[in-house]
Amino acid sequence: MTGYTSDEIMAVEGARRMDDGAVCFVGIGLPSRAANLARRTHAPNCVLVYESGTIGAKPDVLPLSIGDGELADTADSVVSVPEMFAYWLQGGRIDIGFLGAAQIDRHGNLNSTVIGDYDHPKVRLPGGGGAPEIATAARGVFVMLRQNPRTFVEQLDFTTSVGDRVQVVVTDLGVLEPRDGELTLVAVHPGVTIDQVQEATGWELRVADGVGQTDPPSDDELSVLRALRTKAAA
Amino acid sequence: MPVSLRDAIEELVRDGDTVALEGFTHLIPHAAGHEVIRQGRRDLTLIRMTPDVVYDQLIGMGCARKLVFSWGGNPGVGSLHRLRDAVEHGWPRRLELEEHSHAGMAAAYAAGAANLPFGTLRGYLGGDLPARTRVASVVCPFTGERLAAVPAHRPDVAIIHAQRGDRRGNVQIWGILGVQKEAVLAAARSLVTVEEIVDELEPKPGAIVLPSWVVDAVAVAPGGAHPSYAHGYYDRDNDFYVGWDEISRDREQFLAWMQRHVLDTADVTEYHSSLAKAGAYA
Repeated sequence: MTGYTSDEIMAVEGARRMDDGAVCFVGIGLPSRAANLARRTHAPNCVLVYESGTIGAKPDVLPLSIGDGELADTADSVVSVPEMFAYWLQGGRIDIGFLGAAQIDRHGNLNSTVIGDYDHPKVRLPGGGGAPEIATAARGVFVMLRQNPRTFVEQLDFTTSVGDRVQVVVTDLGVLEPRDGELTLVAVHPGVTIDQVQEATGWELRVADGVGQTDPPSDDELSVLRALRTKAAA
Repeated sequence: MPVSLRDAIEELVRDGDTVALEGFTHLIPHAAGHEVIRQGRRDLTLIRMTPDVVYDQLIGMGCARKLVFSWGGNPGVGSLHRLRDAVEHGWPRRLELEEHSHAGMAAAYAAGAANLPFGTLRGYLGGDLPARTRVASVVCPFTGERLAAVPAHRPDVAIIHAQRGDRRGNVQIWGILGVQKEAVLAAARSLVTVEEIVDELEPKPGAIVLPSWVVDAVAVAPGGAHPSYAHGYYDRDNDFYVGWDEISRDREQFLAWMQRHVLDTADVTEYHSSLAKAGAYA
């Protein structure tokens, strides 16, 4: 296996940053892929919590929605939604909250609400869902989104969640971490240049000294990841 | 005593009502939503944490005046095109929004169930949402901490779907429970559709029972959660959710689909036959 997609390296890089045993509040899509990959590789004891109320879910197939039956069947415990948000998230039981968004700014603030004006939006997005409280109640926040001038913007159209607890932003081009409150490029993916990342960023990007390069996905990581997806397609 | 879904909706849901159809991905009461559409209810305020396909249909058919929600997308697929069309272009009519976070919606339902005027949470911190919605702050009388306060949800009617009920009208729900118990207890009136009626509700791990005396009507609607699922009965129809993206994108196509599979069918059984006859979802 040599080639891989940008989705795959994002999932792999997100997974690598999860400590074994971490309790993770997982959304659908890339976060779910990353967390399930981590659980099947270096972090077998990490706990996957889906906001539908499933705690300790161990899905064999990647769910399409955060409430698929597979998640309830394999969970250690299934709780109601009010309990999930009050006791488990607000209660301080979550180590890592995964978030995506349509826009991010240099401070890690996120917009998943509207493009354009709130009252007369150009695009009405789904909205915050769990994000506003995940962003302030999880110990750390992992953000995963594709990097381009439309997503990495100088000024958000709407601030859905605040960036205070963002620990890392994994994109299709590289990895950013906050330094003194500002997202800073710390690594680029193989074959990506710093200039490319700057061009994909809507502000003057801060770049760490000695910016690194992420390791390409290993054969093992890719085969585990693809097996999860193959099952999902079956 | 089970009643027909048609009679239940006729009796319990009125024009202008505030209605909550709940079910968090699981057990979404689609059959009941379809019956509301068939009966042409108007000016509804629709409450729901995740207004997915069921509210996309109600909104697209012009039943709603206002939406109270926290996440309005097609899970794992993308946008709700009818919701977007209503918000972005006022089609088929303008839709007022009251937008919350999941945590805020959950607290509002729990407060309603507890007969409190508001729910409290450590939430809505920072960001632009507080300026756009009904949220205030309260100060803890013991610690001085400032907390968010959300007005309780007190719907006129709550509608949920459950796996089964018994002949006395008790209903049993298991799997992902969402916010259904809170929605029913917060509401003035409630309707539960069920997959089946059994003589005896055998205990199930993790199941809850809503006793008959908190439920106004129980109606049998087998397959009534489709395209959502009923744990232990049938799986989520993921292909439908993917297919809905295309069906709902275009106004005429959406209306034709609703005419064929909802308006021209009498009940949930005919809805399923109609879908089966169409082969795919087009």
